[in-house]
Amino acid sequence: MSYQVNEKGYYGEFGGAYIPEMLYPNVEELRSQYLEIMKEESFQEEFKQLLKDYVGRPTPLYFAERFSKKYNTKVYLKREDLCHTGAHKVNNTIGQILMARRLGKTRIIAETGAGQHGVATATVCALMGMECIVYMGAIDIERQAPNVARMKMLGATVIPALSGSRTLKDATNEAIRDWINNPVDTHYIIGSVVGPHPYPDMVAKFQSVISEEIKTQLLEKEGRENPDYVVACVGGGSNAAGIYYHYLDKPEVGIIAVEAAGKGVFTGESAATSALGKEGIIHGSKTLLMQTEDGQITEPYSISAGLDYPGIGPMHANLFRTGRAEFISITDDDAMKAGLELSNLEGIIPAIETSHALAIFETRKFNEDDVVVINLSGRGDKDLNTYIEYFNL
Amino acid sequence: MNRINQKLQEDKKLLSIYFTAGYPNLGDTVSIIQDLEKNGVDMIEIGLPFSDPLADGPTIQESSTKAIRNGMTTHKLFEQLQGIRDTVSIPLLIMGYFNPILQYGVQEFCEKCQEIGIDGLIIPDLPVDVYNEKYKTIFEAHGLNNVFLITPQTSVERINFIDSVSNGFIYMVSSASVTGSSTGFSNDTREYFKRISEMKLKNPQVIGFGISDSESFQQATKFAKGAIIGSAFIKHLTNKGTSKIAEFVKNIR
Ligand SMILES: Cc1ncc(COP(=O)(O)O)c(C=O)c1O
Repeated sequence: MSYQVNEKGYYGEFGGAYIPEMLYPNVEELRSQYLEIMKEESFQEEFKQLLKDYVGRPTPLYFAERFSKKYNTKVYLKREDLCHTGAHKVNNTIGQILMARRLGKTRIIAETGAGQHGVATATVCALMGMECIVYMGAIDIERQAPNVARMKMLGATVIPALSGSRTLKDATNEAIRDWINNPVDTHYIIGSVVGPHPYPDMVAKFQSVISEEIKTQLLEKEGRENPDYVVACVGGGSNAAGIYYHYLDKPEVGIIAVEAAGKGVFTGESAATSALGKEGIIHGSKTLLMQTEDGQITEPYSISAGLDYPGIGPMHANLFRTGRAEFISITDDDAMKAGLELSNLEGIIPAIETSHALAIFETRKFNEDDVVVINLSGRGDKDLNTYIEYFNL
Repeated sequence: MNRINQKLQEDKKLLSIYFTAGYPNLGDTVSIIQDLEKNGVDMIEIGLPFSDPLADGPTIQESSTKAIRNGMTTHKLFEQLQGIRDTVSIPLLIMGYFNPILQYGVQEFCEKCQEIGIDGLIIPDLPVDVYNEKYKTIFEAHGLNNVFLITPQTSVERINFIDSVSNGFIYMVSSASVTGSSTGFSNDTREYFKRISEMKLKNPQVIGFGISDSESFQQATKFAKGAIIGSAFIKHLTNKGTSKIAEFVKNIR
């Protein structure tokens, strides 16, 4: 059994494309061409060149010595925080903008929660001279003013999502509606491994550069390609998909997924989808999602806007259901503590999303000679206000 | 024979109305249905509200949000519709998104529909291939017509496929848009209506999205068996309340 997507777009029983007919031509156009386009030599060349010269790849695999000593195991950090724009999100937007160009699209739309994916999209649109429209929940626009300003500087139009709960899931709905209304000239750059097939697989493939690099880097440092564990935080799950990708079908590599417990899994203010979610349909994908008994999608909560999504990508739903991955949830408080700790021990201020992954060492013990690679998915600049308020800095 | 199929055989253009169950008030469902029938509406789509209605514009979204806030649920709707066939004889369809139906249980949902006397379902985000593979036999065993959508972008090949698996009518979306967007039809839209009507499909077509008044109703039904009005009716309920339904229907034809 493989944990990769099958030819019908499913990971086990999860995935597929549960979309209204109005979206079918757009999604089908992409589905029928994405693999071929990605295989083209000229595409690969351009993609790799931009990742190298523009994004700054390969990102370092850094042995965190003081952090390792503290937890008595070998911890490596995959430094996606050093990517241009400050997070892994740009790996995907570079790939998708090249895809959009090959499909002959001239207008780009995207959704964003915290604004990281919106900034990464606005960035590549500026790079390629393409029109960029970013949907963002009206509430998030207020909470994430600096990223809104960045998008505007980059030439994007930011449109507030005023429907429903006015956060990420509603911004995603609005982007999908825009795509329905503009079926010919527009490409939708989804920001995570969510949405209808082929998005989860396409985004995972663009992010898979993360584990591809780890294989060579670890060989150099440890004399082996495979770590004992790969660890990532999961919002929709794109940085996780990237670090798991080349290890999915290697049972000797343990997979750990870290979700946001918010104020505690059972407090009603949480985003721990694997613990609280049930199988259903969100944004065109069959997966695990937080919902009422009646099937209405509920609003999650996390201190970290990037983990504040009521679903997880279908790849991760399958990793959970099959037991291939270990799921751990981390509260706001524990994440904030871990973020401060990494800053003190290693001189790296992580994004609060990433801080969740760093926090597992307090409770999840590893062997002394285990090699644990954590995806340091983003830097903390965007979260400075939250850190300031939380720690009274 | 299913009431929808019977109705489609009548020698007239059909006026179908969509409304969101539980809007404007939780308890309005049955009286709205009765009033619509009394005023000569041919068919009704009862909207099962969903928190994230992807294919809908602001009007239907807002009515859905309000309906959910009013306390509408799948269980509640079925409870309200118990006995509806004592007073209402026109075809009734439920239009809703797939997730609430999945949570209720597809089998149980279909059983309940049959028990109540629902004739068909419109589930925009249940794709035709998944339906065909997994759910067709369940729907048909409970006498339910499943209605699929086509749009100006749908290929001829796919239209023929959709026609082959449909057993009532085809829901023809008037333009590339979510509900409630356009006012009036362009030449391109009329061309598309004409093109489809000339395909001589096995299933008659009913046009929806962007039908808001007598003029758009007349134009649409020049090319199709009927037309569906949704957002415009919801707006009417919002502005005039539930007591002026007769006025709305009279203004259409
Ligand atoms: C730094 C960082 N990490 C993680 C995430 C969560 O997204 P995903 O689960 O798709 O990696 C985000 C989203 O904004 C992010 O900015």
